Amino acid sequence: MKKFLVLLAVLAAFAAQPALAQLRVDVTQGVAQPLPIAIPDFVGDPQAGANIAGVVRADLERSGLFRPLDQKGFAERVTNINAVPNFGSWRAITAQGLVTGQVTQQPDGRLRVDFRLWDVYGESQMLGLQFFTTPENWRRIAHMVSDAIYERITGEKGYFDTRIVFISETGPATRRVKRLAIMDQDGANPIFLTNGSYMVLTPRFNPTAQMIAYMSYIATKPRVYLFDIETGKQEVLGNFPNMTFSPRFSPDGNRVALTLETGGNSDVYVMDLRSRSVQRLTTDPGIDTAPSFSPDGRQIAFESDRGGSQQVYVMNADGSGQRRISFGAGNNGTPVWSPRGDLLAFTKQQGSRFTIGVMRTDGSGERLISSGGRDEGPTWAPNGRVLMYSRGLGGGAGSQIWSVDVTGRNERRVLTPGSASDPAWSPLIQ
Amino acid sequence: MIRFSSSMKFACLSAVLVLGACTHKQEAVTTAPPPAAAAPAPAPAPVTSSIIPGSAEDLRVNVGDTVHFALDQYNVEETDKALLGRQAAWLQRYPAVRVTIEGHADERGTREYNLALGARRANAVKEYLVSQGVSTGRVETVSYGKERPICTSSDEGCWSQNRRGVTIVSGGANS
Repeated sequence: MKKFLVLLAVLAAFAAQPALAQLRVDVTQGVAQPLPIAIPDFVGDPQAGANIAGVVRADLERSGLFRPLDQKGFAERVTNINAVPNFGSWRAITAQGLVTGQVTQQPDGRLRVDFRLWDVYGESQMLGLQFFTTPENWRRIAHMVSDAIYERITGEKGYFDTRIVFISETGPATRRVKRLAIMDQDGANPIFLTNGSYMVLTPRFNPTAQMIAYMSYIATKPRVYLFDIETGKQEVLGNFPNMTFSPRFSPDGNRVALTLETGGNSDVYVMDLRSRSVQRLTTDPGIDTAPSFSPDGRQIAFESDRGGSQQVYVMNADGSGQRRISFGAGNNGTPVWSPRGDLLAFTKQQGSRFTIGVMRTDGSGERLISSGGRDEGPTWAPNGRVLMYSRGLGGGAGSQIWSVDVTGRNERRVLTPGSASDPAWSPLIQ
Repeated sequence: MIRFSSSMKFACLSAVLVLGACTHKQEAVTTAPPPAAAAPAPAPAPVTSSIIPGSAEDLRVNVGDTVHFALDQYNVEETDKALLGRQAAWLQRYPAVRVTIEGHADERGTREYNLALGARRANAVKEYLVSQGVSTGRVETVSYGKERPICTSSDEGCWSQNRRGVTIVSGGANS
């Protein structure tokens, strides 16, 4: 992924006055009324222009914050993105935002993409950017355009130029074939990274999205492995005598927290990837597993049944100060720290019903945000506003990946090639 | 970006080995121990299959390979102790045999919790066999969590079947 060189320049703004942007979406409450926005096909190369605008429309629509308007209703036809639009004709179709863009092939073969975001009511340009990249990289440019629009209008970083690593599932439930797979956040470009001859579970990205930690049954003992996406190389992590599982990278990528089982007892350990030194963090005879670092790397949330039922605990990154934080109904597990640091997502189990919830990092303010009965294993978008998770279908019918806004709105299925589980969301691609 | 020393990179792929590669011989008449010389028997009935004593199938069919657990529990049930006692006796009769205990959970638990629970169950079976005189080095454990159900309905009838420990011959068996 690092090989894609994307150059970015800021286009000169048209509005002479420092326009006070009126166009704004408050993402903190979710939105009941998505913002109407017009995104006509980009001009220039007609095929690439339609493709890129189509991906941008789909990205913004899926966020639940925007409502891209049907192009058929557009009164004005954009032909020159360097001309100021006739704002009145866009207001007439209720557009509050307008995106105009142009795609041209450079003499050196690269694609040049220019776009401008306009505030239709404020009659001003909010953003103007230019990208250069290779033609096969057009989807990433589209996602970067989406991210720029999202950020300009919401004030939050976007999450569209990201990837999902997940487990692809095929075959009957009693002999399920599970393969490591990766795809773009919108389901495009799925690639299988393992061949299905051995089971793999719970993949997680490192902070550069170059490395995946996951659990594999390739050898006699199931263990945590690292997969280098660029080289395709796999290596077992550490020299542990028994099963290791539930890995997760530290925010700086230099450590992996994981669970080691010894004599039937599972405890949380952390391994330094540079020195390969290993530190044991929990010693309780209960099940201690599913560690997740706080974004500052100073704390680790995990789950334990030391108190009699599976609950969420937090400790300092050296293992000190272990304390239970979840006191809501049922069992609560798989805590995952929000990239913003403010919330923990978790899986609540009540009887045979599984739901995704969020709570503050002291355990207060618990809210359930998913509606399936078999939802588990949350993962955060890098901006901490959206989550994905596995949704089991029951009866051996496999599972799907779904996403939901942290507010609980806009719950949607994420398209995957067949049955899929255990999503992990990458950071924004660098 | 983390870089690992190249010596670490190849550590895993050499570790492939096939679990449970024991072969089941359905028509193993020719390798069965010859009958003791005796009076000429009447023409034997044609044998189409037989279970070889000391084979993986012998354990599965004639001894029993599966015990079950209560919800979220991993203690060996009283009702399963006789079966594990038979497994221990069988293992002492065939001292070259090595086994792997698979621990499984039902679907009512997160993936990670069930991996840990399956490990507890597999280890409980192992400890019981060891308490019955089986050498600890002959018994490996592996947890499959909730990933390998034998029954897929969401009801207690299935869940109780899936919460199980299964003793699988991993090596040294007759075949």
